[in-house]
Amino acid sequence: MEETLLDIDFQEKEEYIINMGPQHPSTHGVLRFETCLQGEKVKYLIPHCGYIHRGIEKMCEHLTYPQIIHLTDRMDYLSAHINNEAVALCIENSMQVEVSDRVKYIRTIFAELTRIASHQLWWCAFGMDLGALTTFFYGLRDREKILDIFEETTGSRLTQSFITPGGLMSDIHPNFQKRVKEFITYFRKKLPEYDQLLTGNIIFRERTKGIGMMSKEMAIDYGVTGPSGRGSGFHCDIRKIAPYSAYPFVKFNEITFTEGDTYSRYLVRIAEMWESLNILEQLVDNIPQGSTMLELKAIKAPKGEFYQRVETARGELGVYIVSDGGPSPARIKFRTPNFSNLFVINRLAAGHKIADLVAISGSLDLVIPDIDR
Amino acid sequence: MQAEELTNLITLWAPEQKPGISKQFPEFILPMERLLEVMNLLKENSTTKMDYLFCLTAVDRKDGFHMVYHITSSEFLHTVVLRVILTDKVNPVVPTVCTIWRTAEYFEREVFDLFGIRFDNHPDLRRLFLEDDWIGYPLRKDYKDSFTLER
Repeated sequence: MEETLLDIDFQEKEEYIINMGPQHPSTHGVLRFETCLQGEKVKYLIPHCGYIHRGIEKMCEHLTYPQIIHLTDRMDYLSAHINNEAVALCIENSMQVEVSDRVKYIRTIFAELTRIASHQLWWCAFGMDLGALTTFFYGLRDREKILDIFEETTGSRLTQSFITPGGLMSDIHPNFQKRVKEFITYFRKKLPEYDQLLTGNIIFRERTKGIGMMSKEMAIDYGVTGPSGRGSGFHCDIRKIAPYSAYPFVKFNEITFTEGDTYSRYLVRIAEMWESLNILEQLVDNIPQGSTMLELKAIKAPKGEFYQRVETARGELGVYIVSDGGPSPARIKFRTPNFSNLFVINRLAAGHKIADLVAISGSLDLVIPDIDR
Repeated sequence: MQAEELTNLITLWAPEQKPGISKQFPEFILPMERLLEVMNLLKENSTTKMDYLFCLTAVDRKDGFHMVYHITSSEFLHTVVLRVILTDKVNPVVPTVCTIWRTAEYFEREVFDLFGIRFDNHPDLRRLFLEDDWIGYPLRKDYKDSFTLER
């Protein structure tokens, strides 16, 4: 039977290739998705990266070890302290030196503040991606408090380069402990507002529940770590698997959810903010006395190969240093969390509407300079 | 599983293995033809269950390109490092491992982009970061260009 014009559902039959990005508000940076659409449905998508590839790994081959720290800030700029810490730990382990407990405590406090600040920014941008502009103001209002604490001690708000091999750039500001404690009390009151605004919102739940299902096996297979992996029940928290710095001294829970949808990835991050506040509370009053910098003759890794895993706000960061004993590494590889988290998006988004693609990519919390390096 | 047991197991599967460079994790240098076989066994064996490849990279050394695979088990948390040395520096080829761990597909594209190592049977071997018409492979030690950052 011949099809009449009315029978043909144009939206279902026609395929379009649409580029989303490199300049698109919801990609949070320069990333391009080549999406194949059937009507409003995503058939498949291909991520294209490299728009902000700076060749950090090649640059590091010509820089001394303390200089490398400053480049790591520029990878995942929302986890700058943790990136610094990863390189510092790798170099310290290679030299077989151990920093004082004071340094360990301060590093962990900074790392957890970074994690909260990062999750706040993710939360406000995620709400905005889904059309809730109010979240943006709430999130940035609270993030400002943390950036002020950073600024007071490190002199910088985003790329701090505060944690160096052998210790810290300087000691903490006399106000530091007081302000962190003030922040904990302040944010404990404000965090329930986040739930009232977004978590309980029926439109938000409809937009996220059952969207972008990722099974545990898929998360492991694609190497999806961090809150995105833990939303699928993948136990991948390096703070638990291979504790470093002051994490062995504190009690905290690894947050996992088993549903694996966009909503559970959201819940993991909200719960992690509560957990980070608990970690901060255990540490901030007990910072021991001690020196903040080891006295080392030269900071360089001896001949050999070294690997260090840490947990950034987005997942597992690995630093792999191959050294010939010279002042700069022969090869440095950053196994960045966003790189592995990105490529699962084709599997998550295929079959969903294009508006859901925005929700899914938001829930993976991608930071593009971390992918491209 | 402890390092000793892992060493015994891998020696059983690949008697030609040589101990690796790193002291941090148990490390084994494998001949290329044994690589996929050992990896499949590591993933499927019920006592190892190495289902998570957390780092795949290449290193340009004097004796050739080293492919380095960091593999761990999400259940048992034991880690192993496998290494293959590609002595052919002009036209290096290695079998792909993305049929075992999907995450390898993109790591391998990055290695192809920056080192020029080809992966046999890779489903989509294109440059990842650089433009398609870029000349040379930047992370090779002999790479030279006009705005190199060497001092």
